[in-house]
Amino acid sequence: MSEPVGAVAEAAVPPSQPRIQTGLGGRSWADLGFRGVLTLGALAVPLLMAFLVWELWVGSRLAIGRYGLDFLVSSAWDPVAQQFGAVPLIFGTLVSSLLALVIAVPLSLGVAIFLTEFAPQAIRQPVAFLIELLAAIPSVVYGLWGIFFLIPFLREHIFPFLRSALGFLPLFQGPIYGQSMLAAAIILAIMVMPYIMSVSREVLLAVPASQREAAQALGATRWEAVITAVVPYAKSGIIGAVILGLGRALGETMAVTMVIGNRHEIAASLFAPGYTMAAAIANEFTEAVEDVHLSALTYVALVLFMVTVLVNAGARLLIWRVTRGAPTGGQGL
Amino acid sequence: MTHLATEKLTAMYSKFTAVKNVSLTFPANHVHALIGPSGCGKSTLLRTLNRMHEMTPGGWITGKVLLDTEDIYAAGVNPMQLRRRVGMVFQKPTPFPTMSIYDNVCAGLKVNGRPARKETREIVERALRRAALWEEVKDRLDQSAIALSGGQQQRLCIARSIAPEPQVLLLDEPTAALDPQATQRIEELVFELKRDYTIVIVTHNLQQAARVSDTTTFLYLGHMIEHGPTRQLFTAPKNDQTEAYITGRFG
Amino acid sequence: MKRRGLRRWISNGMVVIMAVAVVVAVMPLLLILGTLVVKGAGSINLAFFTQTPVPAGETGGGVAHAIVGTLMIVGAACVIGLPIGISAGIFCAEYPANPLARTTRFLADVMIGTPSIVVGLFAWTWIVARQRHFSGFAGSAALAVLMVPMVMRTTEELIKLVPNSLREAALALGYPRWRTSLVIVVRTALPGIVTGVLLAVARVAGETAPLLFTALGSQFMSTDLKAPLAALPLVVFTYATGPYEDWHRLAWATALVLIIVVMLLSIAARLATRQRFDRKG
Repeated sequence: MSEPVGAVAEAAVPPSQPRIQTGLGGRSWADLGFRGVLTLGALAVPLLMAFLVWELWVGSRLAIGRYGLDFLVSSAWDPVAQQFGAVPLIFGTLVSSLLALVIAVPLSLGVAIFLTEFAPQAIRQPVAFLIELLAAIPSVVYGLWGIFFLIPFLREHIFPFLRSALGFLPLFQGPIYGQSMLAAAIILAIMVMPYIMSVSREVLLAVPASQREAAQALGATRWEAVITAVVPYAKSGIIGAVILGLGRALGETMAVTMVIGNRHEIAASLFAPGYTMAAAIANEFTEAVEDVHLSALTYVALVLFMVTVLVNAGARLLIWRVTRGAPTGGQGL
Repeated sequence: MTHLATEKLTAMYSKFTAVKNVSLTFPANHVHALIGPSGCGKSTLLRTLNRMHEMTPGGWITGKVLLDTEDIYAAGVNPMQLRRRVGMVFQKPTPFPTMSIYDNVCAGLKVNGRPARKETREIVERALRRAALWEEVKDRLDQSAIALSGGQQQRLCIARSIAPEPQVLLLDEPTAALDPQATQRIEELVFELKRDYTIVIVTHNLQQAARVSDTTTFLYLGHMIEHGPTRQLFTAPKNDQTEAYITGRFG
Repeated sequence: MKRRGLRRWISNGMVVIMAVAVVVAVMPLLLILGTLVVKGAGSINLAFFTQTPVPAGETGGGVAHAIVGTLMIVGAACVIGLPIGISAGIFCAEYPANPLARTTRFLADVMIGTPSIVVGLFAWTWIVARQRHFSGFAGSAALAVLMVPMVMRTTEELIKLVPNSLREAALALGYPRWRTSLVIVVRTALPGIVTGVLLAVARVAGETAPLLFTALGSQFMSTDLKAPLAALPLVVFTYATGPYEDWHRLAWATALVLIIVVMLLSIAARLATRQRFDRKG
């Protein structure tokens, strides 16, 4: 047999005494060191996050002190006169993102439903893959394409058509420059579409087949089964996917700043140039000379950060509920 | 002669007591079976024998486990060293997927300070022969271990545990995930292995316990109900509960 | 019967509409890639890869400086971000109930949703403002902040997939806890971790916003991280928004190279993980 290996201590305590172990035995220095290294890594995340918020806060203190909450309701942005109001930025961010959703959501949902319910098995994965590739394209490349392809195309063909067909609406009146809120919304729609589509797909795949089958057994057509049994079941997850897309659109910088026109203005027309919070920071930061200008931009960043955090947190909560938690239930037949 | 014993062993998970005041002896070179219905504490008891129990969050014990009259829970005992003297094979065959068959077998050797290369080869061959796997894999030792069948993987795990030359081998339902043929091969293996090791086997398969073991312990709700030579326990159990379990009236 | 016919007609109609939606959805990808190839491929030659820019307004020159710059900046970001992200991921996977693990997991998701321009501004206040000069290093720091949560999440997910039985088998052989985690668990999860890293690198290599006021960009070849440094995405931005025709031409070519690199990394990473986790549908 074998020789005794290792250090097994002689029992020094009389057998009548019970021994209590708490699972700490055998921790070597190497174990503690390893865990220590990992802990440092894990600590870095909360520390970085706290540091980021702190730096944003400190940087915007000057502007907050001078403009307070008026910053969020005033429209004047004049670095020379040291007037800063972020309303056009907030307006532009919201309008461009929401408009992008109006375009992207029906498209994304249509594709997601088609790929999970109707498409032939062979094309499902490849098509999903292709659309998800859109997410890999860097923002600046979208911007480049936007400047030299999309905007001329919109300016020469689409916008005039819209103006003549729908010109009775203030949305489609006014001069056409090319760089506009609508152009930004279209590019944002293309950029967020893969995210909404792939998360919706995941959520739809999590719906049990029994839901659809039950509807079909009651005589529903395939479309009816999907729209009355499957989609409502996944409703909160789909809403979560949409809000996730919103979160991404809110923070997009490069593509937007290259096609939106970069003007601190609120206009009724979608053909007019506009501005977003992210684009303003990108554009003006390196040229800002006055401390208060820099601080105002940091203030904008702080607002943008808080908005995207809230939106993303809400989105994840909704998605988590469907893919893991309680079903919302179908409303159909 | 290795002598494994427990003395007033109580094993707990935080506040829940899984094993209550069990005192048992496992004489050397015999096969000892632990049987009982689900939740009776047999796996927990097994895991106290190589201090794996405390690796589960909240796991702790009172009492003693004596290996060659030395308490393995004494202060100053290194559990990792202990586990090289007391090997364990689990229900699900778990070869290390990124290692070859050869590397899997010597996985337990590396932790103890690497022996010379020639010696390693001899150890690997010896372990694989003892595990009745050598003939099937001798030509493909550097291939991935997960290419083997379930039964072969389990025998590989057995080879891996015996390569460091432990004194005791603990088997936790080793054939539960295997088909009948593979099960039979492992049972034959256990029979041969007892020549060199003291074996404690947990099984929910009563026929297996009857076939393979020399002594059997019946546990119920953490208590040791009966303990004795297998033949006697299965043909003439002294305790009513034991008889009820063996005849299939519960569990 | 007539109503049933109408319903079926609607059902089929909707399917057609959705199929059209798929075509519309795939079109931008093809248009963008197509435009890039058409407008950029012609400018890709040896000079493009080996030369630095010529004075503004002149034709010719290349983006060698930006290729080197991107390699430097992304490389430094990896050196900073990967160890942190991977250790954090291992920690959260090995000690999941630990309050630090829960906090880190939650905050990593928050960080992932943070706009990259905000991260760039953070790096500016953290490093550039304090040092009073722009630097490639500040850019790397910004990119590292972007990488850490991405790598952390993928590492954590992969390690969680390693079955506990593997850990137990290693412990039962006498492996100490640290060796079990490192040699057995991490090695098993390694291919997945590597693909997670590739995806994160692909993502940050294409980022422009965080570099705008950290690395700033430059027209000159340099490997000095302590000074402004060129980068491929910055070149695309500067040249695309600039006034010179030749700059536009170079912007297309650079964008094409950038997208090829990013896509190759992304596709390789996704293919590897898809083989691992078979998905239905």
